[in-house]
Amino acid sequence: MTEYTEQILTTAPRKQGVKRLRAVWLIVIPLIAILSQVYVPRFVPFLAYLELPLLITVHFAVSRQGPMSAMFYGMAIGLVQDSLSHQPIGMFGIVKTLVGYFAASVSMRFDVENPIVTFIICFFFYFFHQFFYWVLARALLGQAMLFDVQQTLVFGLLNALVALPLFKVLDKLRVAR
Amino acid sequence: MDFFLSRYRNLTVLLIVIVAQLLLIAYQVKTNRDIPLIRVWAVTAVTPAEQVLEVVRRYTWGFVEDYFVLLGVKSENDKLKHENGDLKLENHYLKSELSTADRARALSVFQAHSQSKTVAARVIGNGTGANSKVVFVDRGSASGVESGMAVVTPDGIVGKVVDAYPTASLVMLITDPTFAAGVISLKNHVRGTLKGQGHSECLVDYVQNEEAVDAGEWFYTSGDDRIFPKGFPVGQVSAARNGKTFKEIYIKPSGMQGGVEEVLIVLEGVHQQIPDSDMATPGYKILASPAESAAQATTPEANGTFLTTDADRLREQYKQAGAAQNHVFGEGVPGSKPPDFTKIPGIRANTPASAVPLGAPQPAVPPKPAAVVPPSLPETSDADSGAAAPAKPPADRPPAPRNP
Repeated sequence: MTEYTEQILTTAPRKQGVKRLRAVWLIVIPLIAILSQVYVPRFVPFLAYLELPLLITVHFAVSRQGPMSAMFYGMAIGLVQDSLSHQPIGMFGIVKTLVGYFAASVSMRFDVENPIVTFIICFFFYFFHQFFYWVLARALLGQAMLFDVQQTLVFGLLNALVALPLFKVLDKLRVAR
Repeated sequence: MDFFLSRYRNLTVLLIVIVAQLLLIAYQVKTNRDIPLIRVWAVTAVTPAEQVLEVVRRYTWGFVEDYFVLLGVKSENDKLKHENGDLKLENHYLKSELSTADRARALSVFQAHSQSKTVAARVIGNGTGANSKVVFVDRGSASGVESGMAVVTPDGIVGKVVDAYPTASLVMLITDPTFAAGVISLKNHVRGTLKGQGHSECLVDYVQNEEAVDAGEWFYTSGDDRIFPKGFPVGQVSAARNGKTFKEIYIKPSGMQGGVEEVLIVLEGVHQQIPDSDMATPGYKILASPAESAAQATTPEANGTFLTTDADRLREQYKQAGAAQNHVFGEGVPGSKPPDFTKIPGIRANTPASAVPLGAPQPAVPPKPAAVVPPSLPETSDADSGAAAPAKPPADRPPAPRNP
């Protein structure tokens, strides 16, 4: 094990919980993310594939200590997303609940402030999110949705790229407790 | 048990939350009901912000564009460029106003001449989810909008309302993969089911391979789905080929070309007639129907039916003869005396004008004195008789009016 990988595995600065987002940001940020997901693709259709609510969920999960809060935060964001779609309420809720839980669990073991780890986590959870949503839509709703693996991988990479500066900005909003 | 719960507390809570949401989904799918409270909260929280954003965008985007255009102007031409910029700005503004006025006028003309009761709405946002083709419009249940209402433009159908909230409604576009509607072709009256594909084109399914559908042919709503009134344009066939079981017919939706900005929500739909095609079978010239027959066929009577065949007219004559002799058809025993049909005046002569509707919402054939169809909706709409008389579509346009 190299010194670098050892540092990634052993150091987890976010776990110390020194800085956290203010309560108002916890509400405003996901609302902005959902609003932009609803509004912006009208003018730039390509940005429909930018899953900002997912990235916000992952950021919250890796910057908090316990998976419980991340789980409920992901669920709340998912349910709001469900409310703005024409699918039954709970589809995005379940997926983002799992994302929040697993992302928080991962953050316990890795240095999630490392850009490479952030990139990999966001890429993985985007793919997980899309794949699990597809599974739920097929299994629970019986919808014959298409799952384009290649396209999902590409958009996973793009989302992960967007996550790097986004996480930096969100980190700036955190304050010491 | 306590040890287990404390040891695996997070996992237990996760499982409870997941199961709770699964039950929520199961309830909605099983009962086909929604959870309106959560949706109303979310939509009421998000749509006002969207409306504000939309207003800000509309009033600022033109200025921002012109600002960037003017950034590269050379200093010695500042004055001239400034004047030019002002003119551009004014021109842009006037064009924008004209375009908006044109669209609004087209909508209002269509609204005024369409027999269906409609309400105009503006698209204010998209639905969530990468694959979903749903949009929010700024009219909700407060304006009388309800789930299941059709959404159209003068050019064609756009979608249907899937959820109505107080301030906004969620409209599923016809390109959504879960969308379906009954359609009928213009030339050969081939019926099929329109299905969204998730992209710009739609599929017409369940059309037998033996049916004749050509590229360029128009499809209209058939009214079979009880959502879209009959006779609204759907789109033009872009490709039609034989498939394994059914034909593969792809349609370019006419109502969504150039984007969807302003739409009409059909509050109370009235079925319309599908305009006559030039030729049902290419290569055969079909004469216009005789004026006499057409006049007979369109004269309404009190009993509410149209006589369209000789047999119908003959039957009516016999009924009148029976009534004149106080005979009630269907009540006499076998062998009883029948009415004297020899007293029917001019039994071989032409029939009286006693044509009345078949019970269809609109007269089957509007009067066509010279078999000429007026070019625009205001002239074709027969407001006095209540008959829908849509215009005959040109070769490359739907019959609905744009800017009369």
